[in-house]
Amino acid sequence: MARAPLRTDRLIGSVISHFFLMLGAGFILLPFVWMLLTSIRPASEVFTAGFNPIPSSFAAGTNYSEALTKSPLLQYMWNGVLVCAGILAVQLLVAIPGGYALAKLSFRAQPVVFGLVLFGLTVPVQVTALPIYIALANLNLLNTYFAIMLPFFLSVFGIFLFRQFFKSFPQEIIHAARLDGFTEAEIILRIITPSAVPAIAAFAVFSITSHWNDLYWPLIVTTSADHATPPLGMMIFRDQETGSNYGALMAGAAIITAPLILVFLFAQRQFVRGITMTGVK
Amino acid sequence: MSGLSFHDVSKRFGQATVVDRFTLNVAEGEFVALVGPSGCGKTTSLRMLAGLEEASAGRVMVGARDVTDLPARERNLAMVFQSYALYPHLTAAENIGFALSLQGLGKATIKDRVQRAADRLGIGHLLGRRPKELSGGQRQRVAVARCIVREPAAFLFDEPLSNLDAKLRGTARIEIARLQKSLGITTLYVTHDQVEAMTMADRVVLMEAGRIRQIGTPMDLYHHPVDLFAATFLGSPAMNLLPGEVRHADGEIRFLSAGLDLRLAGTVRCAPGQVTLGLRPEALERLPPGPNRIAISGIVEHVEHLGAETLVQFAVQGAPGTVMTARVPGGWAVRAREPVALSAAQTALHLFDATGAAVPLHFTGPAQASADRLVPA
Repeated sequence: MARAPLRTDRLIGSVISHFFLMLGAGFILLPFVWMLLTSIRPASEVFTAGFNPIPSSFAAGTNYSEALTKSPLLQYMWNGVLVCAGILAVQLLVAIPGGYALAKLSFRAQPVVFGLVLFGLTVPVQVTALPIYIALANLNLLNTYFAIMLPFFLSVFGIFLFRQFFKSFPQEIIHAARLDGFTEAEIILRIITPSAVPAIAAFAVFSITSHWNDLYWPLIVTTSADHATPPLGMMIFRDQETGSNYGALMAGAAIITAPLILVFLFAQRQFVRGITMTGVK
Repeated sequence: MSGLSFHDVSKRFGQATVVDRFTLNVAEGEFVALVGPSGCGKTTSLRMLAGLEEASAGRVMVGARDVTDLPARERNLAMVFQSYALYPHLTAAENIGFALSLQGLGKATIKDRVQRAADRLGIGHLLGRRPKELSGGQRQRVAVARCIVREPAAFLFDEPLSNLDAKLRGTARIEIARLQKSLGITTLYVTHDQVEAMTMADRVVLMEAGRIRQIGTPMDLYHHPVDLFAATFLGSPAMNLLPGEVRHADGEIRFLSAGLDLRLAGTVRCAPGQVTLGLRPEALERLPPGPNRIAISGIVEHVEHLGAETLVQFAVQGAPGTVMTARVPGGWAVRAREPVALSAAQTALHLFDATGAAVPLHFTGPAQASADRLVPA
């Protein structure tokens, strides 16, 4: 009986903390819920006054088919897949060896290089946008996938994240591998990379999310729908539809958001492990 | 297989000299243990040989080949690490065979050699498991198997048993020593545990503060320590020490310490001066003092019965504050707070001068009759 008050305390504490967590979750999820609700509403109901979450008539079929037929939505998504995959692949190719070198090799310039990496973290993408744009324009590379991907090939955040992850990798295993006859490249490929799956998953989620959703850079270097990534495509779609058909627009938004949710669900467990193991965030 | 050698190898980190002019030759097939307290430079020396640490000066050789400037992977050495350092994402079989696959051997050959190495260590049935599914002892065996499968020029061990429990350590010690003998492979073994060094090695290299203090067979080091450090590092319980002074008077040599006055029987040649007298616990026996024996008595303070033997700690009579340990047969009836009278053969004495260096003892008298030991107390 003496423990009863304690239990009540705990229950109250748990209720309060869950209340705040749910409040936070609701706050973040509300726009998505609204997006989904709007995407199944007929156009006439989008701007009706009042807060009625359930539409009087369902227009999901119309909205989604319109989104898929009236704009090359699948083309935009394919562009997004290509761009994100290209960026991620090069980022990993650079960041894994870079992180390994900064975490596990000792060379004289190491502190300086690491300092530059940290410095690079503080430079926003807008700062370098103009020179890169001019260079791409001079090279006649605007309106290409390459132009959309180029500024993101080197991810200082990735280098930093992998460096933090590899720091905790046991040095003795690397030593054992060297004695076993591994070259540094083989160590990275066959020992370090397999161990870094959680970090790769975490980084992939960060990278894919930010480049799938990026509007700023594609808007600068592409004007054609052929290379437009999903957010840019949505913008083009909105212009075409003169902004009136919000149902179809939200249906398009729902379609292009879905892959991200799938990616995150797929990588969730590894993502959380990667985040906790690297001490990032 | 080949010998190993260090020539004047030093390692400096900034101002600190961690290894100072280390020179050692390990003969082909020999088992040499590097032993010393932590921070003495033994592991650094091993790592310089392995190529995991760059030598600041000097040369390291594997056989006749100077490997000082070669990367670790070209030195053809295999090493067992303290943490075993198994590849976490690979099975035991892949761990053992990885080096072979790098050498480009065929799958069937690798499988065969891995199986043979694993069987040799009694882990043939565990090959499909990953390191985290293995116990500490099993991981240690996988690490050893990974070494032997390559048939390297030499084995290096870096405290391989220190993560095992006491019982397992005892068996592993014997297994490694037997394996080394049956393969006849040159081995350099780093440990801070003097028991491992004494029981496993052909020769022991005792290090302290980056320098070699003594090299010799285990029995050499035990019976003829060159200085106080060597005398106290080896042996458990440690050698009893009694600071005092040697004086020559009336044709006799006496050792004086506080109220203690021991006659060194006139058979020991030793210059007068400040000394430390050393006596191994087992040198103290319950025998009557004779012409070649010195008598030491005291009051028993504490008794540890280990079964086969008993450790008796007693306060030395005439030397207040000095406690000695005697290792006596387990059958002895001995109780705390009772007086005990012991004696030690003069041949068992160690004397160290004021700098700590061993004073050579010359016995001019008749050799100690070994039958003395059989005289009942």
